[in-house]
Amino acid sequence: MKRDFRKLLAGGLGAAVLLAGCSSASGSDNAGDGGSAETGDTVKIGLNFELTGEVSSYGTAERNGAQLAIDEFNAREDKPFTVEGVEIDSKGDPAESTTAAIKLIDEDQVAAIVGPATSAPSISTYQAATDKQTPVVSPSATQVDAMLNGDTPYEYAWRVCFEDSYQGAAMAIYAYDTLGDKKAAVINETSDYGQGLAKTFKEKFESLGGEVVAQEQYNAKDTDFASILTKIKGKDFDVLYIAGYYGEAGLIIKQARESGIDCNIVGADGFESEKLAELAGKENLNNVWYTTCYTTVNASDELKSFIDDYTAKYDQAPNMFSALAYDATNLVLDQLEATGKTGAELNEAIKKADFSGLTGSFVFDEKTHTPKKTVLVVNQKDGVQTEVDEVEVK
Amino acid sequence: MPKSIFTKENLCWVILSAILFGVLTLLMQVGIINSYYKITLFNICINIMLAVSLNLVIGICGQFSLGHAGFMCIGAYSAGVITKMIPNYGGLLLGILAGFAISAVAALIVSVPTLRLKGDYLAIATLGFAEIIRILVQNMTITNGAAGLSGIPALTTWPILILGVVIAIVVCSNVMRSAPGRACLAIQDDEIAAEAMGINTTKYKVLAFVIGALIASLAGALFACSFYVIKPSQFTFNRSIDILVMVVFGGMGSMTSSVLAAIAIGLLNTILQNFTDLRMIIYGLALVIMMIFKPNGLLGKRELSFKKILAKREAGKEAS
Repeated sequence: MKRDFRKLLAGGLGAAVLLAGCSSASGSDNAGDGGSAETGDTVKIGLNFELTGEVSSYGTAERNGAQLAIDEFNAREDKPFTVEGVEIDSKGDPAESTTAAIKLIDEDQVAAIVGPATSAPSISTYQAATDKQTPVVSPSATQVDAMLNGDTPYEYAWRVCFEDSYQGAAMAIYAYDTLGDKKAAVINETSDYGQGLAKTFKEKFESLGGEVVAQEQYNAKDTDFASILTKIKGKDFDVLYIAGYYGEAGLIIKQARESGIDCNIVGADGFESEKLAELAGKENLNNVWYTTCYTTVNASDELKSFIDDYTAKYDQAPNMFSALAYDATNLVLDQLEATGKTGAELNEAIKKADFSGLTGSFVFDEKTHTPKKTVLVVNQKDGVQTEVDEVEVK
Repeated sequence: MPKSIFTKENLCWVILSAILFGVLTLLMQVGIINSYYKITLFNICINIMLAVSLNLVIGICGQFSLGHAGFMCIGAYSAGVITKMIPNYGGLLLGILAGFAISAVAALIVSVPTLRLKGDYLAIATLGFAEIIRILVQNMTITNGAAGLSGIPALTTWPILILGVVIAIVVCSNVMRSAPGRACLAIQDDEIAAEAMGINTTKYKVLAFVIGALIASLAGALFACSFYVIKPSQFTFNRSIDILVMVVFGGMGSMTSSVLAAIAIGLLNTILQNFTDLRMIIYGLALVIMMIFKPNGLLGKRELSFKKILAKREAGKEAS
């Protein structure tokens, strides 16, 4: 009796091993085979955004911006095909974002994916997109080297924003050259965003001849910065660089001004929110500058009509994120229309695109799949932007 | 004389897992399970491993641990760092072993002092431990800080994963039936009484905790090699809670129910990805309703047991 079981067991194991062998042999999946987008067709674009979770404010703004671009395309009378946006939520989790991207490509057969808003969820979709030959354009994955897998970029992954290091360097140049500050203190968030910005600001500022006299860190969601402000207050510096998001930066500015630190304060696009003025207090937002790629100061006609349409549709003003997603979507739609093809040919067209949008005109750097853009520096006067400057990073 | 492992019930288990594996593999071959369903399946399998191992600590041994994300983090980063250097199966194996070594040491260090604590205190201590691991990883250069590791080779294949799941389930359910497992059950029922009966409570608690940590670390390694990117913010307190939800949702103390709950929650989460606005509301509601109508979880303490089924059949035969 026992012998029979052993035989059966061996048989079962053998079968399992055989099956295992079969399954590993079929590694390659159905790859995007370069379909076409012909007149009268419906072409799907995947909208993979963080619609719930901690960063849902960015994801939602970007979803709205991308959807607006699609709606405008569909409203055109001479449209060559109809575009459908398929939205999916990644919760801001990289693993869920990978799953979402694979679903969009395999189940919904999208021509391209726009999103997600933040870096790690974006990077987690690049390998899958490249394997399946479907371009993915991230509106705001600003992390340093996000597009690189080792030394080469992911073939089918693109972003329409500049990377964090670029902004940090731009602000260092602006602070040193234009504002004339020679000594800086740096306060940064412990996140990848804060650390990346602080590192490049420091490097650039020091290479220009400036001196960084103090650097302090804080954690996201901190509310009391008295200890780090007291520490740096004794030091001698002309400019304070805050590398973080508006939630904490607003409070740091308020507490710094109240504790008597009245030097120039500079930051990056994490400051970009109407909440900054609420948190810092309008009277404290003087001599404050930050880098961004989007400003409503001196808005072009194109930007004005975007703001009007967006406000009419969603009942709230757009921000940098909605504008970047709008650009990313239009980049894809333009190339789809121009080539009438998906897959490898669409990707090739994106690679060669010379695009002009709300957040600037650019071509892609082929080594990093990142646009070469000018950085804008906006000021704050009693909590309102009044002037804008451009900085070139060499 | 030791009992033979070649019993009827074990055969049934082998056949069941071979059939499941065979059918799913076949469906992948013919393309009914496309890569989207496949990655969902991967996620569910990893969650099964995590839920089963946490169940060993919470359900069997009665130690309320919230540190599981920490061990998963150790496993994920060990495998991530090593497979990025050696991108082949040898690297994966090495990564898993390194994860085992580090998490075993970490589990010993944390458990020897903290397992003398009980209930809420232990929960808080293990929670603190998981946060320490995360902060360490966030501040080390080898782990690439807060930005996390990207470009991890996707080495987790379906056979490797299913092997991991089978190992996790076999280990956890057999620990439960072994002498140390019985000791753990006694500790769970009444620690003082167990101690009075001569059970070295700390020893068995540490044992369960370390085994749970090792399996969580294995799950973490397979997780890292399935999803390309890992980041410290994936291994927060929330991850521990997610795993805990699976254990409680299924029923504490039953391995079958942990498996079912991991599948149910995985499917629920996947379906809800498409209902963006209502997602968290429906998820929360599902959990609340579940806890109101089935406070002991899906199955309570019941197990799928071939031994019982076979015994019933034998009894039926004899009766007729």
